[in-house]
Amino acid sequence: MTIHRRGFLAALGAGAVASTAGCTQLIAGSDDDDGPAVAGETLTLTTTTSTYDTGLLDEIHTGFEDMYGVSVDAVAQGTGAALESARNGDADVVMVHARGLEDEFLRNGYGVNRRDLMFNDFVIVGPESDPAGIQGMSSATEALATIAEAEAAFVSRGDNSGTHTKELNLWEAAGTEPGGDWYQETGSGMGEALNNASQQGAYTLSDRGTFISQRSEVDLAILVQGPIEDGPEILANPYGIMAVNPGVHDNANYDLAMAYIGWITSPETQDSISGYEVNGEQLFFPEAVSEDPDFQQYVPEGWSSDSADE
Amino acid sequence: MSLAAIPELASALLDLPFRDGYVSSVIYVSLYVSLTAVALSTLFSVPVAVLLGFAEFRGKGFVKSVVNTGMGFPSVVVGLVVLFAVSNQGPLGSLNLVFTREAMIASQFVLATPPITAITLAAVSGVDEGVRDAARALGGTRLDAALVVLKEARYGIATAILAGFGRAISEVGSVLIVGGNITSADGVSKTRTLTTAIQLEARQGQYETAMILGAVLVALVLTVNAVVVHFGDSGVTR
Repeated sequence: MTIHRRGFLAALGAGAVASTAGCTQLIAGSDDDDGPAVAGETLTLTTTTSTYDTGLLDEIHTGFEDMYGVSVDAVAQGTGAALESARNGDADVVMVHARGLEDEFLRNGYGVNRRDLMFNDFVIVGPESDPAGIQGMSSATEALATIAEAEAAFVSRGDNSGTHTKELNLWEAAGTEPGGDWYQETGSGMGEALNNASQQGAYTLSDRGTFISQRSEVDLAILVQGPIEDGPEILANPYGIMAVNPGVHDNANYDLAMAYIGWITSPETQDSISGYEVNGEQLFFPEAVSEDPDFQQYVPEGWSSDSADE
Repeated sequence: MSLAAIPELASALLDLPFRDGYVSSVIYVSLYVSLTAVALSTLFSVPVAVLLGFAEFRGKGFVKSVVNTGMGFPSVVVGLVVLFAVSNQGPLGSLNLVFTREAMIASQFVLATPPITAITLAAVSGVDEGVRDAARALGGTRLDAALVVLKEARYGIATAILAGFGRAISEVGSVLIVGGNITSADGVSKTRTLTTAIQLEARQGQYETAMILGAVLVALVLTVNAVVVHFGDSGVTR
């Protein structure tokens, strides 16, 4: 216990030294007995394809790597696989976007210290011709129900990603069980799904970031907006970050994971996230820095110490 | 043409949308992983194939079937098995091999070994019995006889090694799973190979860049083949 705490303090101290002096030699020098100095270590981050493929992580990670003298191995897997890697102890920190799956991960004890990180939104895209006639609908569930009724082609990610999870939740909320020839599970990434939809003149659900970065390549338009453009709140796409519980996986680099979480939720990094643009459009909206205490971000949604389930 | 010239040439000709050093580092990782895996496979497979070729024992047919079946292993299944082995939860978990080049080498070793063993075995078996008998008759030991057979079978063995290399460098399923397709933030590959880079471009719908990287991969395999054939010709007959 004391060793852990000293290690953590050493990591924080090293980070402070690095940020003020920018001098990695001092970090190496601070390594007295066998407490770990972070310099030279590697942080393994498993994350979703949307944060990676938009180029955001490469853009901001150099800041963290320079500050601590470490390297970040970002593995883009999709939310389901990213959490599974962490469950197996093969990651130190996870950045994903499916609150239900994150909550399950927390409840099972695999994750600790969850923070809300940033958000963007989902949009329903489809061909300009809009065969089902959903353009401008203010309800995402109504739009999906309309697509199902018209049996217009719909491409599903089908890969247990955050976007796929959201899509399934939307169908459920719409009271529709998708199936039949018009509904195709591709089992592929967002970019491939968009291409697939474009070629078939099909509808699909996309996160706004990936759609913006691919828009010039595909023949699709946004037909139902998400909350960023005044669309329904149900299309919100919040990203969370949490450390792998060192009590479950003792080889997890917990110190560095917490340094990373501290860094990415800091005002400076949150500024860089909001400043990141593709084709002149902002892709992610930071939400970690807030005046208000938001206790729900630390615990499974709806959890309370009074409730009977914990 | 030297290998180093390929990425620069490709970048210059095609104006690839990558940062400096990206393509060359991806090529380096591809070659490092596949060549190491094939070298280890060869060191393992050739003696095994020679032993199998020379020895007569019960169950030899069964061993041959197992080796031949191994040629058909789907790479993604091999990736899953290696991941299971090296994962923190697995038997080799304490070595921290997940998402490293060493894990990628391990999975490509598993993939390359069956074709190298099977083709070497076929080549060794194809050497005339008389050659072996002559070597023994001239007072050679079993080792001398084996070396003579290996020399006779050298073209077949070169083919075996190239088949193993082709299997290793072109597979995407296992290196993606156990390697994680990682580059550092400044765009230098850590565990990204040409095949996983192609997969990444395809995932993003960048089919043209994916095709160009595919052409780089073909050029690379062609170059390695040419080098092996060249050394095979001049090296063994000297």
